[in-house]
Amino acid sequence: MRRFLPTLGRVWLALILVFLYAPILVMAAMSFNASPFYQLPFEFSTRWYADMAGNPQIIEASLRSILIAFATMALATVMGTAASVALFRYEFPGKRILQVLLFPPIAIPWLITGTAMLVFFFAIGIGRGTPAVLIGHVALALPYVIVTVTARLSSFDVTLEEAARSMGADSWTVLRRVTLPWIAPGIVAGALFAFAVSFDQFVVSYFLAEPGDSTLPVLIYTAIRKGFTPEINAISTIIITLSMGIMFLATRKSSFGGSR
Amino acid sequence: MADTLAPEDRRRLFTLLSPAYLWLTLAVFLPLSAMLFFSFLTDLPQDAPDWGFTLDNYLKFGDSAVYSTLLWKSLKLGFTVTFFCILIGYPCALVLARTIKGRARETLFLLVILPFWSNSLVRIFSWAIVLRGNGVLERALEAVLPWDIRLNLMFTTHAVVIGLVHSYLPYVILTSYLALQAIDDDIIDAARSMGASTLAILRRLLLPLSLPGLLAGAVLVFVPVVGSFMEPRILGGRHGTYYGTVIEDQFVAVYNWPLGAALSFVLLAVVLLILGLSSPVLRKART
Repeated sequence: MRRFLPTLGRVWLALILVFLYAPILVMAAMSFNASPFYQLPFEFSTRWYADMAGNPQIIEASLRSILIAFATMALATVMGTAASVALFRYEFPGKRILQVLLFPPIAIPWLITGTAMLVFFFAIGIGRGTPAVLIGHVALALPYVIVTVTARLSSFDVTLEEAARSMGADSWTVLRRVTLPWIAPGIVAGALFAFAVSFDQFVVSYFLAEPGDSTLPVLIYTAIRKGFTPEINAISTIIITLSMGIMFLATRKSSFGGSR
Repeated sequence: MADTLAPEDRRRLFTLLSPAYLWLTLAVFLPLSAMLFFSFLTDLPQDAPDWGFTLDNYLKFGDSAVYSTLLWKSLKLGFTVTFFCILIGYPCALVLARTIKGRARETLFLLVILPFWSNSLVRIFSWAIVLRGNGVLERALEAVLPWDIRLNLMFTTHAVVIGLVHSYLPYVILTSYLALQAIDDDIIDAARSMGASTLAILRRLLLPLSLPGLLAGAVLVFVPVVGSFMEPRILGGRHGTYYGTVIEDQFVAVYNWPLGAALSFVLLAVVLLILGLSSPVLRKART
């Protein structure tokens, strides 16, 4: 039994990996198939990549998505890191409530958050468009940054700060030279989360993006509902390769979740 | 407490906290309040000057069985997907955290959570290619099996469940893995030296100790699945009408925002109720 179970477990793990990667690999393969109807036999062609490169809508939406993701990352990381340092450092009444208030963006279905933003932004005159999308993305990413940075802070030894202070460092220097370097891996992980949350976010963008100025996921959704187009396979394959590559490097560097 | 904070500290605390919380207020709390307000309106103020207050939007939910049937269907979908994610994902996390060691573990863990960082819409779309009639899955099975295969999985509830499990499986694996990995090896060794069988260790030690992680994963799966609309639309076809798709329609196609808002709040109330009912279990699991 004791020797049998691990083997069974490894087989199970292998099956899960097949399940997780099969559709992605099939899609990548189909993006190189000449037939527009995913017909076999497979005939190699890069025509869908050429079509995609010549489609200004796809290029614009991709650039917009990347831009919004970077802006979200910058805003959410700065505000989120500041908030987690404050929540970690100080004891004050109402702290528990503030911590609980971080969960609605995660614990409420995006459908509800997205439609609520739509209703509210119209009521106050912001309406739809890129600014609305950015406001929404930053709000969704903030809790992820705060949770990640706080997790790193909890392993921080406060006596290090006291030591620095006793040697004459002012609080700004302590923050810059002691605290921030220590929590840097947490900040990097939080920033990556923020980027991923924004770049992958479909639901909130869908309700907040203007039809002519959509993000990539929204464009893909519209294209799929109009009928399958192999160009979508091409751009999707590029996105998947890029995002997996970046994440692979990032996790390697920060050894996030790896072995102890 | 606050009295012990120097004025200087209080100012710093305020400077550090206010940007994040002001942003959340503008983007989440005010919108949710605005939507609650809208759910009691007869018409949109920006469209109709003669708007008023009404309970009609909520009464519509009770009037016809359509909405409650769909809500039940969505809840069932949420439970089914969560169940399969746990059934498939927990053993996977267990193997990763307890039987595989060192470099191999790190690489395999990365492989398991990498798809998580690829666009969810794209993954749903790729299932559409795999599952469609005469698609990749049927072709592959035909190549292996001697007889004719007609799976017809596309545009069924099964397709929706498969796509959603694929999307949300990494959540369960990630949270369970982190909980399982944190368990001290010495406890397991101690139990084993006292003669506990592998199954007893699993049932009496590993499962209870990792339950918080497992449940956190379950919540992270259940909540978005109950409100899903994109996956059912793409993979479900005419079987893909769920509570979430009806809400989407109210906002995007029918343009009845007050009704959509009321339906959203019913969903929110039910989700919060379920989370509230399960919170004793969650809290017990933490201690």
